[in-house]
Amino acid sequence: MGTTFIFTVVVLSVLGLLLAVVLFFIAKKFKVEEDPLIDIVEATMPGANCGGCGFAGCRAFAEACVRTRSLDGKFCPVGGNAVMQKVAAHLGVTVEDKAPMVAVVRCNGTCANRPRVTEYQGSVSCRIMSSLYSGDTGCRYGCLGCGDCEAVCKFGAIKVNPETLIPEVDEEKCTACGACVKACPKGVIELRNKGPKNRRVYVSCINQDKGAVARRACSAACIGCRKCEKACPFGAITVENNLAYIDFNKCKLCRKCVAECPTGAIHAVNFPPKPAAPATPEAAPAAAPAAETPKE
Amino acid sequence: MRKLIVSPAPHVHGSESTRKIMLDVIIALAPSMLVAVYFFGLSAVQLLLVSVLVCVGLEYLIQKYMLRRQPTVSDLSAVVTGVLLALNLPPSAPWWVAVIGGVVAIGITKMTFGGLGHNIFNPALVGRVFLLVSFPVIMTDWTVPESIFRPGVDAVSGATPLAMIKEGLAQGQTVDQILAANPDLSYGQMLFARAGGSAGEASALALILGFIYLLVRKVIRPHIPVAIILTVAVMSGIFWLINPEQYTDPLFNILTGGLLLGSIFMATDYVTSPMAPKGMVIYGIGIGVLTVLIRYFGSYPEGVSFAILIMNSIVPLLNKYIKPARFGKEVKHA
Amino acid sequence: MRRTFSMGGVHPRDCKISADSAIEIFPLPQRMYISMSQHLGAPAKPLVQKGDKVKVGQMIGASAGFISANIHSSVSGTVAAVEPYADLAGNPVMHVVIDVEGDEWEESIDRTPDTVREITLGPAEIIKRIADCGIVGMGGASFPTHVKLSPPPGKKAEFLIINGAECEPYLTSDYRLMVEHPEEVLLGARIMMRALGVTKGYIGIEDNKPAAIEAMRRLTASSYTEIEVVPLKKKYPQGGEKQLIDAVTGRKVPSMGLPIDTGVVVQNVGTSYAVYEAVQKNKPLFEGVMTITGQCLGGQHNFLVRTGTTFDRILEHVGGVPQTAAKIISGGPMMGKAVSNLSAATVKSSSSLLLLTEEQTRRRAEGECIRCGKCVEACPMGLEPYLLNKLSRAGRMEELEEHKVYDCIECGCCVFTCPAYIPLLDYIRIGKADVMRIMRSRPKK
Repeated sequence: MGTTFIFTVVVLSVLGLLLAVVLFFIAKKFKVEEDPLIDIVEATMPGANCGGCGFAGCRAFAEACVRTRSLDGKFCPVGGNAVMQKVAAHLGVTVEDKAPMVAVVRCNGTCANRPRVTEYQGSVSCRIMSSLYSGDTGCRYGCLGCGDCEAVCKFGAIKVNPETLIPEVDEEKCTACGACVKACPKGVIELRNKGPKNRRVYVSCINQDKGAVARRACSAACIGCRKCEKACPFGAITVENNLAYIDFNKCKLCRKCVAECPTGAIHAVNFPPKPAAPATPEAAPAAAPAAETPKE
Repeated sequence: MRKLIVSPAPHVHGSESTRKIMLDVIIALAPSMLVAVYFFGLSAVQLLLVSVLVCVGLEYLIQKYMLRRQPTVSDLSAVVTGVLLALNLPPSAPWWVAVIGGVVAIGITKMTFGGLGHNIFNPALVGRVFLLVSFPVIMTDWTVPESIFRPGVDAVSGATPLAMIKEGLAQGQTVDQILAANPDLSYGQMLFARAGGSAGEASALALILGFIYLLVRKVIRPHIPVAIILTVAVMSGIFWLINPEQYTDPLFNILTGGLLLGSIFMATDYVTSPMAPKGMVIYGIGIGVLTVLIRYFGSYPEGVSFAILIMNSIVPLLNKYIKPARFGKEVKHA
Repeated sequence: MRRTFSMGGVHPRDCKISADSAIEIFPLPQRMYISMSQHLGAPAKPLVQKGDKVKVGQMIGASAGFISANIHSSVSGTVAAVEPYADLAGNPVMHVVIDVEGDEWEESIDRTPDTVREITLGPAEIIKRIADCGIVGMGGASFPTHVKLSPPPGKKAEFLIINGAECEPYLTSDYRLMVEHPEEVLLGARIMMRALGVTKGYIGIEDNKPAAIEAMRRLTASSYTEIEVVPLKKKYPQGGEKQLIDAVTGRKVPSMGLPIDTGVVVQNVGTSYAVYEAVQKNKPLFEGVMTITGQCLGGQHNFLVRTGTTFDRILEHVGGVPQTAAKIISGGPMMGKAVSNLSAATVKSSSSLLLLTEEQTRRRAEGECIRCGKCVEACPMGLEPYLLNKLSRAGRMEELEEHKVYDCIECGCCVFTCPAYIPLLDYIRIGKADVMRIMRSRPKK
């Protein structure tokens, strides 16, 4: 009994010692030299691994930053300026703040505005639907409503409204990583400046058909009438291929174009209710459907 | 004109559906159910009813109130599980045994893994094995209850053929002596109808009828049952040739111990068997080998249930590594 | 024992309800919309402008690349516009729009009904004529025929197989051609055999078309002995190139390979007929036989339709779209395209308009995969559709490639047979496209 006990202890101890030595040498031999700065930079990253920066994940981004010692063309949309400043401090470089961005859905072809003309029965995927045909409405540019953007969003920031079948962006959650922009086969979603106090004005349509065709497909389509272009005092609006586009760098948020647009395709969000609006505050948004969309 | 439907091709579908397949399995089990009811009377009816009700009811309740989704009991898969469980029980088993078996089969084996299509093990078999290890006395009490169809016959005690052999051998008898002492063990009895065994295996002929129906309706492919039966035949044949005093002949092995019920209806369960033909054959051979090994060298006289469950566990591996033959050889492109 | 392909396949009901309707000539419409993109490859370059006068058979679009084809006017009249016009899927494609005036043909076209049996052109001239006449594969893929008849250097054709399987349910246009014009089809085959320099030809016909087999056999027994009629046991997708080669010769086209790798060139019956007309009659490809069918339709038709006729014109001619029709398919029910835009026009390879009712075509709610393996059993390429579907949905590209998603021929057998109504192919198609793109973008070793 006693010898068995001692024998076991000895064998196990020797075995442990031997394996420790082996492990030690293996660790020595296969050691990978890595810049410790990578770990430090990675620790400052948000860790969402969303790929919004264009790299495979936060670690890959950190490696690229450390390797090049420069932040040119690199930006973490999730962490934003705060994180980028920290990364710059670690690397000993300077970086300029970027204006915060948000994803904007440029289609107002709700079920009411844009009737369905065919019945799609395939898998619920915008990509499959768009590879099959131009879409189940008369508009071949607009949102297909199957929610590829919703599926790809890692932050739960974009959701298809079951009533309108148009996705809506939660600006609090949106990090402007751009995943939805890439996922949308129709190119409906754009990253735009969040704007001062989150206020922005944009054309919620990408239909490039001639006015009459576009209007027939969707009552809220941009018909390329150029009224907004003429109304804009800052030259921020250009109309090309029957479609108006507002340059967010030039736009001063005066909202003259919003009032001019005959189809209500131009949306202004997060503005306080207009002072000129009729007595009841609730009635204002309902009376001017294009002017206010509380969460877009 | 109405709105045109647009969808990706193909635009038509065959006549098959999960429900129809399950219905076919139930039809294929009908002869065995009829034989069971004829032989064991009300107790078989009671087991069948309780088992099916528990399985279907539990699946419905779990889907509706725990998983909170549309119940899919209309696909009849729970009915199949219920019937198979009942046919795997001794006819004399009390009704509450079927209840426990149903709870284990559906509640634990099927629904905890995500329901139809997601379970690793055959639900009815896990139910049976759970009962076998929990209530060994009840599960090996093969007393034949009095049947309304055979009035006047008192309860008969009927050990399973394999148990008789195992017991006899333990007492030092040879196979021939045991067989001679039990006229009940003739092939004819086993083919048409024999007590002593679970409710579903009273008649080999009824099971084979079901097998033919499943093949004709293309519900199953023959690979798995044929692989199992051939393997058992070959392996037990080798043992038998070496020592006929100790080991029974191949046909005896095939007709007994739930081998037919197991290989035709349990091992071929879609969810828990391989997809590709080569995988099916390997799976069948594995079950055959394990069955014979358990029967001859294990402590249980019967081994089919355990063999199938063990092979169930390697089905994901078989699906991963055993691929169907692809069309055309691979050519290296520069 | 009738031959068929070796693995997989399904047996849809063949529903050839228009089989006994003889080919009728479809009346000329008033306006024609001729697409510049009727073939696989680069769209043709329009050669006419608004206001130009054109004749039947005049070239109006020129081949724009190695894989491309010429386009010819199917009518005489005045060009009303050269502009984008929506195709059957609603996507704009460049079209030449012609207002029809009379029916004046190019003089070079032989319009006599005589069958011209003597082949005077040599191989190179035949291929040139086929290219000039804009012949494309009529089996669906619309691959330019002259390209297929010019094997790449180092590859040699041994056989020509004429595809008369017509395995898609409902379609009867090839059947009608084989019954009504068997000799022209065989002459087309003979011409292509000369172009390829092969001495042995086959014509594979499924055994649900005994009249076609009979008509062909009568001719091959006497005057076309170099062509063998091969009756095939009915099974879908027999008409798939790889499946047909397997069924007729037993050779297997290698994975990622082309039919020519087995020394075989496959051409469709309709193509063969078009080749005959091009080479012997100098007639470009501007019309084809189309089956207009469906149980909900009053009458079943096979029409000789000029290319560029709009779908709604055809449907109007057969009495309009019935109330019960829920889906209109260009092509067969297994691989055809659902039409969303009825003002779209026919193209060279349009083989049918099929009208299905809601009951016949409705997709049923998707259930859980029960791992029955029926999709694996049905796949004619030996793939595992259940797995490819899962991998594709998860975006696992390396594994998709490992499991040979690129070999998928998109025949739809897996979806057809799935008892849980899982639309496996929807996602496999997407995954296949992604994997092919990744493979193409890889640097060649």
